[in-house]
Amino acid sequence: MQQSRLKRVLILLAGWCVALLLFFPILWMVLTSFKTEIAAISTPPLLFFRPTLSAYAAVQAQSNYLHFALNSIVISVGGTVVALLLSIPAAYAMAFHPTRRTRGTLLWMLSTKMLPPVGVLVPIYLLFKTSGLLDTRIGLLGIYALMNLPITVWMLFTFFREMPHDILEAGRMDGAGTWGEVWHLLLPLTMPGVASTGLLSLILCWNEAFWSLNVTSVNAAPLTAFIASFSSPEGLFFAKLSAASTMAVAPILVFGWFSQRQLVRGLTFGAVK
Amino acid sequence: MATLSLRGVRKSYLAGTETIKGIDLDVADREFVVFVGPSGCGKSTLLRMIAGLEDITAGDLLIDGTRVNDVDPASRGLAMVFQSYALYPHMTVADNMGFALKLAGRPKAERDAKVAEAARILQLEPVLTQRPRSLSGGQRQRVAIGRAIVRQPRVFLFDEPLSNLDAALRGQMRVELLRLHEELAATMIYVTHDQVEAMTMADKIVVLHAGRVEQVGSPMELYNHPANLFVAGFIGSPRMNLLPGTVGAAAPGGTVPVTLAGGVTVSVRPAQVLAPGSSVTLGIRPEALRQAADGPFSGAALLVERLGGMTLVHVTLESGETLVAQADGNDPIRAHDVIRLAVDPSVCHLFAANGLVLSQAEPPQAKPGDLHDLDAMPSLARA
Amino acid sequence: MSTVGATVPMADMTASQPAAERRARRRMLPLVAPAVGVLLVWMIVPLVLTLWFSVQRYNLLNPALHGFAGIENYQYLVTDPDFWASLVNTLVLVGAVLVVTVGGGTLLAVLFDQPFAGKGIARVLAISPFFVMPTVSALVWKNLMLHPIYGIAGFLWRLVGLSPVDWFATFPLASVIAIVSWEWLPFALLILLTAVQSLDHSQIEAARLDGASFVQQFRYIMLPHLSRAISVVIMIETIFLLTVFAEIFVTTSGGPGNATTNLAFLIYARALLQFDVGGASAGGMVAIVLANIVAFFLVRSIGRRMDI
Repeated sequence: MQQSRLKRVLILLAGWCVALLLFFPILWMVLTSFKTEIAAISTPPLLFFRPTLSAYAAVQAQSNYLHFALNSIVISVGGTVVALLLSIPAAYAMAFHPTRRTRGTLLWMLSTKMLPPVGVLVPIYLLFKTSGLLDTRIGLLGIYALMNLPITVWMLFTFFREMPHDILEAGRMDGAGTWGEVWHLLLPLTMPGVASTGLLSLILCWNEAFWSLNVTSVNAAPLTAFIASFSSPEGLFFAKLSAASTMAVAPILVFGWFSQRQLVRGLTFGAVK
Repeated sequence: MATLSLRGVRKSYLAGTETIKGIDLDVADREFVVFVGPSGCGKSTLLRMIAGLEDITAGDLLIDGTRVNDVDPASRGLAMVFQSYALYPHMTVADNMGFALKLAGRPKAERDAKVAEAARILQLEPVLTQRPRSLSGGQRQRVAIGRAIVRQPRVFLFDEPLSNLDAALRGQMRVELLRLHEELAATMIYVTHDQVEAMTMADKIVVLHAGRVEQVGSPMELYNHPANLFVAGFIGSPRMNLLPGTVGAAAPGGTVPVTLAGGVTVSVRPAQVLAPGSSVTLGIRPEALRQAADGPFSGAALLVERLGGMTLVHVTLESGETLVAQADGNDPIRAHDVIRLAVDPSVCHLFAANGLVLSQAEPPQAKPGDLHDLDAMPSLARA
Repeated sequence: MSTVGATVPMADMTASQPAAERRARRRMLPLVAPAVGVLLVWMIVPLVLTLWFSVQRYNLLNPALHGFAGIENYQYLVTDPDFWASLVNTLVLVGAVLVVTVGGGTLLAVLFDQPFAGKGIARVLAISPFFVMPTVSALVWKNLMLHPIYGIAGFLWRLVGLSPVDWFATFPLASVIAIVSWEWLPFALLILLTAVQSLDHSQIEAARLDGASFVQQFRYIMLPHLSRAISVVIMIETIFLLTVFAEIFVTTSGGPGNATTNLAFLIYARALLQFDVGGASAGGMVAIVLANIVAFFLVRSIGRRMDI
């Protein structure tokens, strides 16, 4: 009994140490955001201090957080919705009516994700410039939808494939067409999977930094661009940087915490049987 | 009125494998037809082709005389009960049963009335607002049937519907399905691998094997007059004893001696001339074997299975083969007893080397009506 | 973006007979076509343009210089030591992060499978880095954590009597690897934890009855059970790690020298810092080829293991 108790204590310690270690940079960021610039760089680092919102005020004075946040929300949600609308029918067809090409198509889709975006940055930039999509929400939204499409198709495919075929066949016998099968049976029954696919897409959109920095400047710039403007040293900036970072990360982090159970189920990509 | 016909129906895949190899079949109105065969024989595929869930590669499927090969599953006027029931887990029992009518855009009042009627027939009224998850296996089964009833189909299709139930419930559902068949006066096609279900329920049994029809007939036709070795071995429990043998020279009076391994000779009266020396298989039903001091077969009882009403005795012959004989329930025989068995040659079945029947057994105690029927149709095998 | 898919051996799917298959494909085409179509356009158009630019003299700073360059841009690229360094850096980065996250993720998954007080909260904390945008994590690590004077690491170093290190100058690639690993470890942990939890515990019990030690249980029961999940982690991470950009852009800008320049950053530097569209496009083509090579092997082996 003695040994198993020791083991339990060790596991408890190890588990919490790992968790706190991994979380520490985020915690420190949040703490620093409530410091004054002087306190932020004090050595030794201050763990206890009088919290102040001065850094947040300074950040808000310099750039309009809500403008960027709104862009982030619109573009991320929009991109996710478009990606889901495109991938649900495709994943349905691949999962329930596979042909000899299905496997190849799926793997090809995934392989397109391996190309560094920089590889096609120049032509996309020039195309956007000529078509007036530069620095528009709709342009970035489209990129995000395409960017996540292979992942969403793949995830939905793995969810759909786990659904028993005969329920859809029963639906077909009952007179449901393709649309009826998808709307009345498939989506209600795979809602957890669709939701976690959407969640992952949302997170990937929110955090995407390459395209947002390169094809937006002012009007459509999301929070990644907001952060970028606090990234270069101008005097003392640790507190302001932390405040801006916290503001940019907080929505998705809180959202992620609440939806993590849902998300975990979806992240397995069919790996867990 | 609902009749269904298959004409030269085939199913093959790109890889070249053919799973249904040309099937001709007629299902009469209000008939209860059972497709039976071992797993992989194509019976479920055939049912799914009738349902429209699988494409028909070649041949025609006619319902009430109309070719429906390219008609949507839902528009064929069929309803299917799946092996897994395939209930919609997110809908209540009532919604499950009314789903087809809802999709068809029927008014709510009509839907409710039909669902209520089906629920009454199946005694599902108390659970109408529950979801499938909270139902017992038997209740789920009835909901699946109810979903079919509500649509008032021309033909009911059942794909091994009882295989997920325990033995007691299965017996009960068999009776219930037969009652339903009578009450609805509907045409039903039923797939099973269980020959007991086939024997007890069918008006007509279709024995399938490797994508072909081996024999079609009423349960007792198949039992008494199997057209080939496969049907002989498949229909009947316990299984028919099949013993390889060699034909001897014909004796006066039309009988032919068949010499089995171990030197036992049984004289049979074949329907056709047999070349002496050709190999045949002799089929003996367990109930045709009886203990007799002068019987030709002798061996030790390996195993005695007491089923109550009867006793099955597994006998190892001196030649090494095993026979199963059916004895009286109270027969005093014990394992390791040495016994002799006799057989009535007139109830033996004789099969040629190619598996086809050579001589038909007479039904043990043929009832007048039966006999007439059987004489008219000596063999029902189809190529 | 590639021919990868086409060269993967076709699985024998539920191939029906020709007519029915054609019919099924016709029915399903409208469902698959939009997704495949937009992806194809998204892939083909830039690919063709990139290919075109890569054989052009095209520098935004010098409009006078233009015309057909042939393989000049490629020649310039392969003779550029930065290019080879970037290839090596790309592979080292991907490989190192994979080793750290898969190895660490497996151990942590087994740890978080054990019951302990407050496990739910600990797990939420541990996976939090996954939700942080790469730019922010790079900035936080660069400034709050690894800053030679004000960073926490420097403080800890002084605490034990060592002189502070300028991490990004001394160990540039290792620092980038550390940041990227921190971002992806939670992802590996999440997937592997789910896989660990799905293990039928009677298997472990049977192994224990057979006298397997804890290490043997891990080696012969847990690892084989996790292989599928591990390949998924490798596949998804590789997709993202091949294109790591923000972390390098924010922390080291590829330096010092070319120590942290991966292929993605090299192309970026050529195109948007030196405005050499031709050279950048040649680099882009190389990236495409590299992605295809990796994709070919990876996707093929994963596809087999995922039995799609």
